Amino acid sequence: MNKHVMNEAIGETRLDRATQGVIGKGVDRYEGKLKVSGKAPYAYEHLVGEKVAYGFVVPGPVGRAKVTSIDTMAAQSLAGVLAVVSGDRVMHSSAQPMGPDVPAMKGEIYHYNQPVALVVAESFEIARHAASLVKVEYEALEGRYEIESRRGTGRASDGGPMAADTKRGDFEKAFAAAEVQFDRTYTTPAYHAAAMEPHSSVAKWDGDQLTVWSSCQLLDLNVQQIANGVGIDASKVRLLSPYIGGGFGSKLGIGPDAVLASLGAREVGRPVKLALTRQNVFQATSRRGETIQRVRIGATRDGRITCFAHESETANAEGEGFFEPSGISTVFLYPGSDRLVTHRVVTTDVLTTSAVRAPGEATGMLATESALDELAEMFGIDPIEFRRKNEPEKDPQEDVPFSSRRLLECIDEGAKRFGWSDRPKTPASRREGEWLIGWGMASASRANSLMASSAEIEMDPAGRATVKTSMTDIGTGTYTILQQIAAEMLGLPLDHVDVLLGDTSLPESSGSGGSWGANSAGSSVYVAAEAVVAEFAKRLGVEAETLTLKDGHAISGNRQIPFSEILEGETIRVTGKIEPGDTSNETNQASYGAHFAEVAVNATTGETRVRRLLTVGAAGRILNMKTATSQCYGGQIWGIGYALEEELVVDARNGLIVNHDLAEYHVPVHADVPKLDVVLLEDRDPYASPLAGKGIGELAIAGVGAAINNAIHNATGIRIRDYPVTMDKLLPHLPEEVGAAA
Amino acid sequence: MKLKINGSEYTLDVDMRTSLLDACRDHLGLTGSKKGCDHGQCGACTMLVNGRRINSCLTLAVMHEGDEITTIEGLGNPAALHPMQEAFLHHDGFQCGYCTPGQIVSAVGMLGEVADGWPSHASADVNGRPELSGGEIRERMSGNLCRCSAYPNIVDAIETASAKLKETA
Repeated sequence: MNKHVMNEAIGETRLDRATQGVIGKGVDRYEGKLKVSGKAPYAYEHLVGEKVAYGFVVPGPVGRAKVTSIDTMAAQSLAGVLAVVSGDRVMHSSAQPMGPDVPAMKGEIYHYNQPVALVVAESFEIARHAASLVKVEYEALEGRYEIESRRGTGRASDGGPMAADTKRGDFEKAFAAAEVQFDRTYTTPAYHAAAMEPHSSVAKWDGDQLTVWSSCQLLDLNVQQIANGVGIDASKVRLLSPYIGGGFGSKLGIGPDAVLASLGAREVGRPVKLALTRQNVFQATSRRGETIQRVRIGATRDGRITCFAHESETANAEGEGFFEPSGISTVFLYPGSDRLVTHRVVTTDVLTTSAVRAPGEATGMLATESALDELAEMFGIDPIEFRRKNEPEKDPQEDVPFSSRRLLECIDEGAKRFGWSDRPKTPASRREGEWLIGWGMASASRANSLMASSAEIEMDPAGRATVKTSMTDIGTGTYTILQQIAAEMLGLPLDHVDVLLGDTSLPESSGSGGSWGANSAGSSVYVAAEAVVAEFAKRLGVEAETLTLKDGHAISGNRQIPFSEILEGETIRVTGKIEPGDTSNETNQASYGAHFAEVAVNATTGETRVRRLLTVGAAGRILNMKTATSQCYGGQIWGIGYALEEELVVDARNGLIVNHDLAEYHVPVHADVPKLDVVLLEDRDPYASPLAGKGIGELAIAGVGAAINNAIHNATGIRIRDYPVTMDKLLPHLPEEVGAAA
Repeated sequence: MKLKINGSEYTLDVDMRTSLLDACRDHLGLTGSKKGCDHGQCGACTMLVNGRRINSCLTLAVMHEGDEITTIEGLGNPAALHPMQEAFLHHDGFQCGYCTPGQIVSAVGMLGEVADGWPSHASADVNGRPELSGGEIRERMSGNLCRCSAYPNIVDAIETASAKLKETA
């Protein structure tokens, strides 16, 4: 196998020369025609026309209990019911992305409405009815359903996405001695990914071979999880996820549906289709944990930050190692020689918490970027100037250089485009009729990572290429950017490159998560393409470096040879693999950006409307300007949701997730979103990958909610530190003349 | 029962409780319409029934004998896209694609409602003829959720398709 380990910065590549001219272009999505015509099959939509059975989940009726019996008599006597699957293997929630383990229920109810059994029937309607007839007897146990009253009882997990504690120097001492001390606590509620496609699986057995079509992000891990959940060897399982209706982290680990459908199919001897209901998705997959974040910043009188502490408490279920890493950006984004970033997990008996889009930044920067705004105001400095004054030259925690950090350029470009110099200098000073107008800004950063990933390129005798990898496209644009990378590297028109994804029978990949997908899977295609070029060069008897490839021809000196001639009727297949290396340790890598928001807050009702939102980002090479921009729109709009609307409400008495559907869990809708602006700077990060690109899928959500909150403060003079900033929180503090009118 | 979908007659024998959406997805091989919530909250299942957009998860198949039903498959196919599908493709009015058939069918139905003079919350004058504007589109499309949040591109796509459809009308 051809392997590239990222041990040093990449030099000039064929992507820089762009002979074919397709890399970076905002071309339409590779699979777009299928998606807009309803012809792209998602997990549930496989095996059309085959005789299948349908599953429906039986939810547990209480928050925490030991199950004493499950009475399936009434359900099983209903005509059309084929089986009721229960027992220890039933998964009570989604699996975590960190390993192959799955959360089996083993006779207990760990959280409200967790799956306890599966009814399999001839039709969906019969299965649904029968599920309501299953009676679950239990012995109730004491449950813990909130973290606020249990602050300080958290554990330091060593199984999370980062170290629980990151320290440098002596923060407490430095803070005590600081000329200016800032100490505020911010809270963020639990959130749900709420991808539009509910977690769904179709399972089919052929002898002891299991095929599962499921909605999954990390196929090579997920196939092991399915095997573990079912109790068979992973070599017996093939998992396919060619199209995924959104993931946002919630499909990093398998949902309970994958194992339930497989167990059901084995039991009834025919394929089983199971789509979780929207309520199941809210109650039986995973969620983002609520956080309580204390931010302490010490500074000099003239506004230089000297020490920084960010201590977070969040929730997870018993025995779960994951935690929302709210301090992930704090570690390197802000200066200060004495530093403290900690995370504690308070155990609750509520649905498992796991990764949701930009784990860490999405919650942490709601706090820190509000804190910076508060500090700037305390010092009477413009928030941009305050950030400029406090821009570290190197990673303040590890003392390593930044691979590239263009935060200030993003801020400056954004300020220019937004017209920041016209910002209302005094809070609550601009009004248009009943609307209070305010502007706010915030920084964005998202830690970058490269993962091991491999891909095959097959060149057929006619010179057409097919890229094959188990990588997934969860809406991010993977199909399209892999096609573009292969076409650029090989000198092929786009329509001469096909892409096959989402199948564990293809070369093992990084999967989609943590914004690493494009860089990791894309680099594996780069490596495979280099090997194809080397093979061409060998056959032509020239050095690969001297070979120019364009429109299906190899150009060497004054010779121009069609690929079909080089291939001489052969099909060649090469596999490329990328692995992270020394550059990950020798440099601090992250994408950066800046957000600018204008809001109008209704002086009477406290309703907030986002009127303008601009994000400027720098994330290395942009592989497709159109899909990258769309990713950023997504981040911005999630920021609108986090700032103003989204909150998963848990009943503290019994652990019920109260707003467990799309009517009550408020994701932004068309009417909440104005015309948005996204600008991506021309950028290269040679330390990040052979593509010189960095993650972008999660950059725009980082900090954007804080920019909106800062704008609300600028509009009203009110500072809310408890997200989301809803009307009820603003109303009591609105100006008196207005309060009287209300 | 007999259903007329995208101009074709289908005869099917299903449970009376089968929703129009499940009849299409589970029994007729028409999987283009999506199930996102099964409660009329997300719009992914939007179909046109006699030209009017509805949430097909909230209605039973058996109630639609004799109706003209149009699903995403009836608007166009990959080789011959409807102008609305074409516009969604070029404007990147989708990412994961799951809400997309519902958005597109809803947009086509919505343009019909505007043409018929139906007012919305965003209309300045409920007695006047509504003009298609960004504000009108956002208001009228708010029953179609998109968690990837392709909203800005969807609005652009609808504006482009609307102009094109007017040209060819």
